[in-house]
Amino acid sequence: MIFNAPDIAWAQLTPVLFPLGAAVIGVLVEAFAPRAARRPTQLALSLLALLGSIVSVGLLWPDVRDTGGTEVLGGSMLVDGPTLVLQAVIALLALLAVLIAADRTSTGEDAFAPQAASVPGSGYEESARRAGLQQTEVFPLMLFATGGMMIFPATGDLLTLFVALEVLSLPLYLLTGMARRRRLLSQEASMKYFLLGAFASALLLFGIVLLYGYSGSLRYSDIAAAVTTTTGMDGLLLVGALLVLIGLLFKVGAVPFHSWTPDVYQGAPTPITGFMAACTKVAAFGALLRVFYTVLPGMRWDLEPMMWTVAIATMVVGTVIALVQTDVKRVLAYSSIAHAGFVLTGVIALAQSGITAVLFYLLAYGAATVGAFGIVSLVRERATAEVPEAARASLGVAVAAGVLPAGSDTTTGADPVDDADAPVLGEATDLSQWAGLGRTHPVLATTFALFLLSFAGIPLTAGFTGKFAVFSAAVDGGAWPLALIGVLASAAAAFFYVRLIVLMFFTSPQGGPLSDADADATTRPRTVVVVSQGYAVAAIAVCAVLTVLLGVLPGPVLDAIAEVAVFLP
Amino acid sequence: MLTLTPAATVPADVPWLTLLLVWPLIGAAVLWALPRPAGSTVAGPRRVREIALGFALVEVVLAVVAGITAFGSGADAGSYQLYEIHRWIPQFGVSYALGVDGVGMLLIGMAVVLVPLVVLASWKEQGSQTAASNRLRHYLALVLVLTSFMVAVFAARDLFLFYVLFEAMLIPVYFMIGAFGGPQRRYAAVKFLLFSLAGGLVMLVGVIVLYLHGPGGEQGFLISNLTGLDLPTGTGRWLFLAFFLAFAIKAPMFPVHSWLPDAAEQAPAGTSTLLVGVLDKVGTFGMLTLCLPLFPEASRWAAPVIIALALVSIFYGALLALGQQDLFRLVAYTSVSHFGFIVLGIFAFTSTSVGGSSFYMVNHGLSTGGLFLLVGFLVARKGSARIADFGGLQKVTPVLAGTFLVIGLSALSLPGLSTFVSEFLVIVGTFGSHRPAAIIAAVAVVLAALYVLWTYQRVFTGPVRDELAETRDLSGRERWVVGPLIALMLVLGFYPAPALHLVDEPATATITQVGVADAPDPVTAGDEGSEQ
Repeated sequence: MIFNAPDIAWAQLTPVLFPLGAAVIGVLVEAFAPRAARRPTQLALSLLALLGSIVSVGLLWPDVRDTGGTEVLGGSMLVDGPTLVLQAVIALLALLAVLIAADRTSTGEDAFAPQAASVPGSGYEESARRAGLQQTEVFPLMLFATGGMMIFPATGDLLTLFVALEVLSLPLYLLTGMARRRRLLSQEASMKYFLLGAFASALLLFGIVLLYGYSGSLRYSDIAAAVTTTTGMDGLLLVGALLVLIGLLFKVGAVPFHSWTPDVYQGAPTPITGFMAACTKVAAFGALLRVFYTVLPGMRWDLEPMMWTVAIATMVVGTVIALVQTDVKRVLAYSSIAHAGFVLTGVIALAQSGITAVLFYLLAYGAATVGAFGIVSLVRERATAEVPEAARASLGVAVAAGVLPAGSDTTTGADPVDDADAPVLGEATDLSQWAGLGRTHPVLATTFALFLLSFAGIPLTAGFTGKFAVFSAAVDGGAWPLALIGVLASAAAAFFYVRLIVLMFFTSPQGGPLSDADADATTRPRTVVVVSQGYAVAAIAVCAVLTVLLGVLPGPVLDAIAEVAVFLP
Repeated sequence: MLTLTPAATVPADVPWLTLLLVWPLIGAAVLWALPRPAGSTVAGPRRVREIALGFALVEVVLAVVAGITAFGSGADAGSYQLYEIHRWIPQFGVSYALGVDGVGMLLIGMAVVLVPLVVLASWKEQGSQTAASNRLRHYLALVLVLTSFMVAVFAARDLFLFYVLFEAMLIPVYFMIGAFGGPQRRYAAVKFLLFSLAGGLVMLVGVIVLYLHGPGGEQGFLISNLTGLDLPTGTGRWLFLAFFLAFAIKAPMFPVHSWLPDAAEQAPAGTSTLLVGVLDKVGTFGMLTLCLPLFPEASRWAAPVIIALALVSIFYGALLALGQQDLFRLVAYTSVSHFGFIVLGIFAFTSTSVGGSSFYMVNHGLSTGGLFLLVGFLVARKGSARIADFGGLQKVTPVLAGTFLVIGLSALSLPGLSTFVSEFLVIVGTFGSHRPAAIIAAVAVVLAALYVLWTYQRVFTGPVRDELAETRDLSGRERWVVGPLIALMLVLGFYPAPALHLVDEPATATITQVGVADAPDPVTAGDEGSEQ
């Protein structure tokens, strides 16, 4: 057997090479750079790499638009329009997520454990914290995951698909277990994610094997050709296709393969949750879209019942369970499941407009998701008097004097001064702790409300444009019952987004309805908003601008996506 | 791309409608950009009020000038004047298209006239402390944002644009109820939002399906491109139902009206005025300008049921109004009854009744808006909206009592006041095509007299209650709120010809589109004489 080294068109691969290369350099930085220099170096490296990715996508764009794209690495990767769009979206969202993860806020601590290997609650952990250690490995890990995500939707054969899946998943399993607070919860989430993820990978691999047995090839184009020509092995094809789809639907978080989502989203460090919820979903939907549109269109009628069931179940289950959640991260987790269902309606449409719609939806959803989790990471709880004195003393050091933002509302200006001494703990994720945030931090709460309205699909936000695009594609593809269910689910989903807005704006911190008297009350809030170093605020601002812009003037972006939204066969 | 101006439209030399739409937004931005009032100065709140009032008054002037430009020279009120069209999202077939026919112009006029009155009426409502003045600033800014949406929704000539505005309007209203209302306002605000959103989203599916049946292309959502499509009968009927449900919730009609009394009870009086006076008109306006022209066959098919529902609404609203303890809820239920009349007129399919309904929308905005504002004044004095807490106010506050009586009489359609003209036209027009329905509806007028006069009796007549003896009469500011409304009702009551001219041609055009032979109208000729 003779192996021909494939001719590698490096230029086509630059969007992927940037993050992967930077990640490798990042590992070397961890090994050789002095501790003080690591953090700034890693941050600069990550941001430059992701910017480089976006720029190289821009450079490849005109060529791909004119030629329709090329096969790279002997057909293992396909650089076509959807690939470029997805890579740009992933790089952009990852850039924003890195900014949020890098923010150490006014508490001087980032969201990650000082020493992830230390046993929670041990003396080792405490001394690592006192020594001011930090796991700057977070940045290369995020870059590795991003690289995997950017390959995932660009693959041209099933083996590369599997490799990309592992490259993106393994760093995420690790990152999930690295939360600074509630570490046991975080490690439990990591374990669950890893186990279930491993099962899903195994199923995907099994499906790949069956498809190989059926068609004799791992290449998408060969399998697609075999679907229409080969007869008599339908069982192999059907089971193989189902297993591959299940592997992808797991990553997407579709019902009934969603059960990891809430726990993992809740346990992971919040910036990582935002990163996973946005970027992983974009990558996984990208891959699903490609498989569905280029490999399996010939099986449309066989797969339709399953895909319809999954889409309907995802929309309904995500919405209904979100209604009864009391933790803001779990609410967002279930809402992300519901959104996966909405996107699936566009995927199933199998209409040309479906590709554009799904790609646009992913951008709109990703921007709001990264922003929303960024805000969650800034809303913290403050220790109350019940906290043991020792913990108070040890944590109090970390709190800078200006915990409350300088421009905080005059109505709460009467905060007892000694409050600033109380230590700031982890995120205030219980819904009741968000009560009255609109009064005390109007700008933050308004921005969060904007993201929620976008999730709810209110016109003039990006979410509406996305939903409209997806549902039109579904109707266009003859799936109007899906669109109808999607619309009804949106109406129900609006309830829990609205409930959050009610909490923030129409409820006093004590939980009762606001009256003018309450505005002057000087009760000590248990919830504080920490001041960002600037990174997170910048990222959230970009997300907010995107959300409004894609809602009011989506034309240019839609145009840009539509002109390249054709898969290479 | 902009060359395709649909037929029956007259392009605008000056973008009046865009101007009307942008001006209040500038006002809201100015209010929000004001520095936070420092200390306990009185200047802060006063400046906020003056700025808001100034913007609202200029908006009225703009609307009047725009109206005269469009229709002053006897232009055809049935075609769309001041037409503007620009590409917005060509990928979806969406254009930014604005234009008004006579009905749209009248409703825009009504909306912008109510706004300064609401601003005036809200001066005291939010208190005068520093924190409260900051709240007042937000409230008035939201009122101005809402103004912009109200103008735009009545002028939208693109179905997508209409839908976007239809939904986006909910957000300012939601905050106006939820942040500034009574004790149960969170419940009321959420109920309002969810009812409206549910209806709107079902309509969204209809909008998409209709577009796919249309010609498509970059201007596929233009209403003119979607009118007169040859829809399959079944599809047309389903689409009609999707649209009608959204509008019936908005209007609101029995049996999907239950959000209105809650919202009206909990919202500040100014919000209720705009909500019932203007926003709910979007529902009936949508039936008139979208349901009928887009789905003529389905409209004819559904008309008998809808007329029955309208009659139920008329009686149900009136009877429940009689049973209310709370003045805000009472006014809300009278509106359900009035909306029944409007819907009845629209689906009776005679040019007289449709024209009457169009005019009714304006008059109802004036009279119900006035009632809400007056009840707001009563509540400001007593701190309660319960009817049982009042009595004998006539002797203490004669001006308040008098204005309440006049506006109440307009709500019961007393001849000489504008509502009479429109209610008369609706019943007469309906008589031409649906005789029994007209007779039943006419009976309901008695109920209207009952709920208005009985309420007046309980609140204003009888012995003066001790704790009410010191009640202030209407202040100068409050007289300025009510005065213009009563003046408008009298003018339109005695000289309705200009307004009727504006609604007449659109009504005829609509009837033609529905494809019903206009009922032989026994009254039109004699009618004109009796009104003028």
